[in-house]
Amino acid sequence: MLLIRCPYCEEDRPELEFRNAGEAHIARSANMAAISDDEFEKFFFIRTNPKGVIFERWRHVHGCGRFFNGARDTVTDRFLTVYKAGEPKPDLSTLASSAPAAYANRPPDQLNAKKTAAKRTATKKKGEA
Amino acid sequence: MAKASQSATVQSSALRRPAEAGRAFSARGVELVALPPAHRISLRAPAGSVAELSKALGLTLPQKPKTSASKGTRTALWLGPDEWLVFDDGAKDPLNDCAGVAALHSAVGISHRNIAASVTGPGAARTVNAGCPQDLSLALFPVGGCSRTILGKAEIVLLRTGDEAFRVECWRSFSDYVLTFLTEGARDAAV
Repeated sequence: MLLIRCPYCEEDRPELEFRNAGEAHIARSANMAAISDDEFEKFFFIRTNPKGVIFERWRHVHGCGRFFNGARDTVTDRFLTVYKAGEPKPDLSTLASSAPAAYANRPPDQLNAKKTAAKRTATKKKGEA
Repeated sequence: MAKASQSATVQSSALRRPAEAGRAFSARGVELVALPPAHRISLRAPAGSVAELSKALGLTLPQKPKTSASKGTRTALWLGPDEWLVFDDGAKDPLNDCAGVAALHSAVGISHRNIAASVTGPGAARTVNAGCPQDLSLALFPVGGCSRTILGKAEIVLLRTGDEAFRVECWRSFSDYVLTFLTEGARDAAV
C-alpha cells in the first residue's frame, strides 16, 4: 500500500485514507464570463497528464479532511514532496529526488536490471573466451 | 383496563433503544462491547477561539495532530487543524458548555449520530487492524492517541484509551457493519 504524507497530520498515512482530487495549480479565471471558449476548454478539460512528475491535489478525506498538494512521479508513484494548500509550487530542482524516474523511458529488457542487456551479453562473451 | 393498556403503550413507545445496545463479543484475548450512549459534539473553531472554548469545556483542546485531552468523564479528540470531537460519558452535555461562548465557533450536537464500542485485551490492536490500515504500535499510536481513519469501508474515529484498549466511534448507520467487522476481527485475532 502507498504511504502518503499528510502535511497537516505531519505523518505518513495509508493511501486508503486519501482521495485524489486532480491536478493542482489550475487557476480559475476571475471573470469566467469574459474568457473565450478555447480558454475555458483549456481551463476545464485539458490536463497535462505527464509521464514523470505531476503536481496533484489530494484530500485526507478519512483523516483531517484537508486538501493539500503533492508532487508525484506518475511512473514510480513516489511522492517527491507534499505541501499545504495555498503554498507556492515548490521548485523541483531543489528537491533531492528531482531526477527522472528510475524506470522512465527505458526499454523493457533493461527494466529491473543492474546491468543493461547489452552489457550482460558483453560480460558473457568475455567469460566464454 | 383500557386505560392501563394505553399508558403501557405510551411507555414502551417512549423507550429509548440505542443502536447496538448491549451488543458484546468476547474471544480469547479480545473483549468487544458496545458502549452506553454519551454526549458528543463536533466542534470547529479557528485558533483564536481555542482558549475561550477550552475554558468553557473545562479541558485544554489539543492542538497537536493525533492527540487527545481528557478530564473527568470528558475527552476532546483532535480530528483536524480546526476540528475536534468532544464526548462526555457523564451527565453534562458539552453542547451546553459551548452555548455561552462568544468567540467564533461551531458546535454541533452529534450524540445520536455516533455510537461507540470498546475493544480491549491483548488482541485489541490486531482486532482493529483487521480493517484499519494504520500502524497501531505503541510507539506510533500511544495511549491517548486518536485519529479519524477507516475500518473496512466505514469511517471511524479511533482513540487509544490504554495499552490494550481502544474506543471506536462510528456513525450510527455504520454501527452494524463496524461491530460485525470488529467481531470477525476479534475472532481472527484470537486464533
